[in-house]
Amino acid sequence: MLGLSAKDTGFLLFVTFLTLATPILLQPFPETSSLAQFNAGYPDLMQRFAIYGIFAIGFNILFGLTGYLSFGHAAFLGVGSYSVVWMYKLLSFNVLPGLILAIVLSGVFALLIGYVSLRRSGIYFSILTLAFAQMSYNLAYSVFTPLTNGETGLQVYTSDPQILMGEGSTQVPNLFGLVMQDSIKLPVGDWLFTFNVGYYFTAVIAIFVFYISLRIFRSPFGLILRAIKTNRTRLSYAGINTRPYMLAAFVISGMYAGLAGGLLAAMDPLAGAERMQWTASGEVVLMTILGGAGTLMGPVLGAGFIKYFENIFSKINESVLHDWFGALPEPVRDFLIAIVSPFVGDGWQLTLGLLFVLVVVFLPGGIMEGARRIGSIFRRKPAAAEPAKLPETPPAVAGDPAGE
Amino acid sequence: MSDQKKGISRRRVLKTGLAGIVATGVAPTIITNAYGFTNEPTGSTVKFGFNVPQTGPYAAEGLDELRAQQLAVEHLNGIGDGGMLSTFSSKALKGNGVLGKQVDYVTGDTQTKSDAARAAARSMIEKDGVVMINGGSSSGVAVAVQGLCQEAGIIFMAGLTHSNDTTGKDRKANGFRHFFNAYMSGAALAPVLKTAYGTDRRAYHLTADYTWGWTQQASIQLFTEQIGWETVNNVLTPVGAGDFSSYIAPVLNSGADVLVLNHYGGDMINSLTQAVQFGLRDKQVNGKQFEIVVPLYSELMADGAGANIKGVYGSMNWNWQLSDAGTQAFVKSFGEKYGQPPSNSAQTCYAQVMLYADAVERAGSFNPCAVAEALEGFEFDGLGNGPTLYRAADHQCFKDVLVVKGKENPSNQYDTLEVVEITPRAQVEYAPNHEMFGGDEATLGACNPGA
Amino acid sequence: MDAIILQVLNGLDKGSAYALIALGLTLIFGTLGVVNFAHGALFMLGAFCAVTLQRLLTLSFEQIDPTQKDFLGNPLKVQVPYVDSWFGPDVGAFLIDWSVPIAILFAIPIMLIIGVVMERGLIKHFYRRPHAEQILVTFGLAIVMQEIVRLFFGANPIQTGAPGVFTGSFDFGVLIGFGPNAIIYPYWRMVYFLFAVVVIGAVFAFLQFTTFGMVVRAGMADRETVGLLGINIDRRFTIMFGIAAAVAGIAGVMYTPILAPNYHMGMDFLVLSFVVVVVGGMGSLPGAVLAGFLLGILQSFASMNEVKSMIPGIDQVIIYLVAIIILLTRPRGLMGRKGVMEE
Repeated sequence: MLGLSAKDTGFLLFVTFLTLATPILLQPFPETSSLAQFNAGYPDLMQRFAIYGIFAIGFNILFGLTGYLSFGHAAFLGVGSYSVVWMYKLLSFNVLPGLILAIVLSGVFALLIGYVSLRRSGIYFSILTLAFAQMSYNLAYSVFTPLTNGETGLQVYTSDPQILMGEGSTQVPNLFGLVMQDSIKLPVGDWLFTFNVGYYFTAVIAIFVFYISLRIFRSPFGLILRAIKTNRTRLSYAGINTRPYMLAAFVISGMYAGLAGGLLAAMDPLAGAERMQWTASGEVVLMTILGGAGTLMGPVLGAGFIKYFENIFSKINESVLHDWFGALPEPVRDFLIAIVSPFVGDGWQLTLGLLFVLVVVFLPGGIMEGARRIGSIFRRKPAAAEPAKLPETPPAVAGDPAGE
Repeated sequence: MSDQKKGISRRRVLKTGLAGIVATGVAPTIITNAYGFTNEPTGSTVKFGFNVPQTGPYAAEGLDELRAQQLAVEHLNGIGDGGMLSTFSSKALKGNGVLGKQVDYVTGDTQTKSDAARAAARSMIEKDGVVMINGGSSSGVAVAVQGLCQEAGIIFMAGLTHSNDTTGKDRKANGFRHFFNAYMSGAALAPVLKTAYGTDRRAYHLTADYTWGWTQQASIQLFTEQIGWETVNNVLTPVGAGDFSSYIAPVLNSGADVLVLNHYGGDMINSLTQAVQFGLRDKQVNGKQFEIVVPLYSELMADGAGANIKGVYGSMNWNWQLSDAGTQAFVKSFGEKYGQPPSNSAQTCYAQVMLYADAVERAGSFNPCAVAEALEGFEFDGLGNGPTLYRAADHQCFKDVLVVKGKENPSNQYDTLEVVEITPRAQVEYAPNHEMFGGDEATLGACNPGA
Repeated sequence: MDAIILQVLNGLDKGSAYALIALGLTLIFGTLGVVNFAHGALFMLGAFCAVTLQRLLTLSFEQIDPTQKDFLGNPLKVQVPYVDSWFGPDVGAFLIDWSVPIAILFAIPIMLIIGVVMERGLIKHFYRRPHAEQILVTFGLAIVMQEIVRLFFGANPIQTGAPGVFTGSFDFGVLIGFGPNAIIYPYWRMVYFLFAVVVIGAVFAFLQFTTFGMVVRAGMADRETVGLLGINIDRRFTIMFGIAAAVAGIAGVMYTPILAPNYHMGMDFLVLSFVVVVVGGMGSLPGAVLAGFLLGILQSFASMNEVKSMIPGIDQVIIYLVAIIILLTRPRGLMGRKGVMEE
């Protein structure tokens, strides 16, 4: 189906199911329980899961397949966001023109930056991409303020032209009148599920771009990209000029990033310069490695993992801890609060940092490796036809770094 | 949490036709943001959202804001000594919650990034159902979150934000600012500088290269030029530069005899420390002692800069050393709970929570439009800043502004700044359509209850 | 002319910091082949060694002074440092005043231990793992280190001043025939520059003139052959990691009077130091030092008003712009070796 093998079709259907059922799957705890704190099924976070998933899927096409580590992909994220907000300002709150512009413009940007950066490989390539992205960020923050509104972030003002806006036009981001922030809330017993228009919009796009990425992974083009990772020199001896392939991969992943950036602004009409900072570039690198570089599903899981901690753990403050442990005798309660509080609330980064270390120490290959190990416990044959477990590229071989 | 279930089931069911698909106890409620107003509290509690920087460069500021907000919630719920409730001129609040509902709160981390701040705010609105968001420690974040609250239909009570834009060109009907702004800093500082340093001075500005820095620089330049000072140069410096030496080194040779540091937080600590290290303040230029001015001070900056701030002038929204009854009550309850005096951003956040709760009580509703109406043109006293007006035209508070100076001989670690002058409110007022505040184009827009 | 000399001087101390961090980073790259994203955090830990020592020296007991009042109006508790009561106020005050230079002695053993523990406990398991995983583990470690520092010291910068004799600045201009105040340079920055020169010289001398250094250099060039000769190169590399950590640490200690330390200062230096190392060329120690000074001086030039008025915002992007130009004209940076980190 759709040019995929039976196994891949099954995999795609599985991913589609997971994506569409997210509003239910992420809401495992009843609203009345104190564990409702850990529910993540609200529109903003679900949208972020899907959007950063797209970002990571695209990044993985470059990094996972070719091994080229870009430290500047946040620049395309920013370009995408600015495109969408500018389209709001000039045309109307319909998200479609902006998203198209976001993909095109970030593609052009990626072509320029990629053309220059791909003249080098290894860490030299990484630093070139980093340098381009940091320049974009620094300029967007200050000198380009007329274009980006600097620190505050680009937003829509009533004085903007918005030439396609009529009298009764929707004043919030929408797709031909379908308002992104609208939700249907469905209480089932003690549970409350939120089905958000914006989330399903991003989810459908995410499934589509996931399908494209699946096709790329399975295509001869993907095979050449993997060959570049394994041995570029041998490839060039075979008479294959690798540059066009690399550039294509770079531009495609840049367009994914632009789309993700555009979607961020489509869900929330503001584009901040920090989206282009190196920390944002680093974040997608971490997402991909954490989930499992080179696997199809890994980067999406990595993205979800990091965004979950950022948004859920940062909100657990002392009064929440008091609620949790309130029933316990005072010394035990105070002890537990003293133990837990450095890791939650303003300490969410500590937990995240520790988890980075633990995951990478115990699960070389990221979360997907963990999933595979759990799978192999339950099944005799670890390579059974479980759709989530795809044949993967072998982990990048660093070679003997000192010996070369 | 316990009230949430009840709350939802009471919400207006829009499309009862869908009830047809309900067979097994599932009650679908279609909410296309079209009920009374966003997050109308229906249970016995009401939730406030405190969105402050908990990580990143302003984390210390955010922590202090959070302390003040927690204290305010205690006082609203009748726990503790009540703080400024007893000195507040409006007596609508009784210490039994707000409109009979106990106040609950959630916290979020802005990371001092517009993006992260909006994400945290949206999570509070969508997941926790807050009716109001308070706090923040940067103008960029304040403007971004204010815009979000306007779209979502809840009230935003800004924390520390000093840029003219927050209630200038970016003003919003659902957003309110208690903190003072760059224009007020200039208006308050200039006369004091005139007395201290005379009228014949040449100023050199180092300005953080983003919107807040620019508005502050423009304001200070305007007012110092009115007292006869000349502006030699204005150099824009990158945010977070760390080492400012290459910007500071040419100052002495430029003919300037005053250095104005339009920096905030860590940048200000570094630029001031380095300027002192360059020995600027030991020099004589044009036959006058070289001076440094830091237009916006905070206690945490003063603490970080240590001895370098001795004798350096700046302005503040409020200081714990004021002698009015409101200040004393607040410092007492804050000091007893946390063992240290509150910072001026803590006071602003505390006052904002009180002002919001009081407005709800007076309006008799949590509806943001009713609350906004109650806050607009509200005159009050007893929250530490003397008689204050929440101006209706731009939602900016007008009150006395403090001119402070780094203390020469601090008696304890909190005694870093001394209040030199309390500039009366009349002196820092301006027209709502002042050109530095967006001119005639700037409008609040219509109040949005989210319906 | 005076403005140019001034910016060269400013560039020298900025460059000193870049060069010192990049030197340690290159040692780790070169010897162990590890991309160490925690190197900025090591610099930060060094700075907090100075803060800790200052805190220890000013550790005080309370004495109630009935003549003064605290902020709540109670009798003030005056803090008297223990060192004052042990050694008398004069020696006590001297120790506190000189806490930053003294902290070097304190920081070297601590940073050596941290470096060795880090290498033995964690990094050594990652030699054969992909660079991407090295980045993830060291980045995670960096976050953990900075968050732990925040737990103990808070998020606000902490002022750690230079000894009193080094405050103020020296008027270079008068010395070489310019007017007064034309070229001023703070004493402490001079100290920092000299300190950096000494440390860099010491590291080079150590690698060049000792047997240990010779083996390490041989190991950097060809690890396997050295191993085949029966030399335990791993132990030496562990020690080199400790030395790199110590270099980053004392660079941080001495930088505290210039930049009040805060918990996230390591991250601010991280990206910059990577750019410096790569511009210098992977695996080249002289390259790292050269690139550090070069970028420091160029950044100072870009901050000049004359330059800024010609190209607005140039001071914000100069380092990255120079990095791009150098990497495009010289494929392996200034002095990089072929094949190192090019995969």
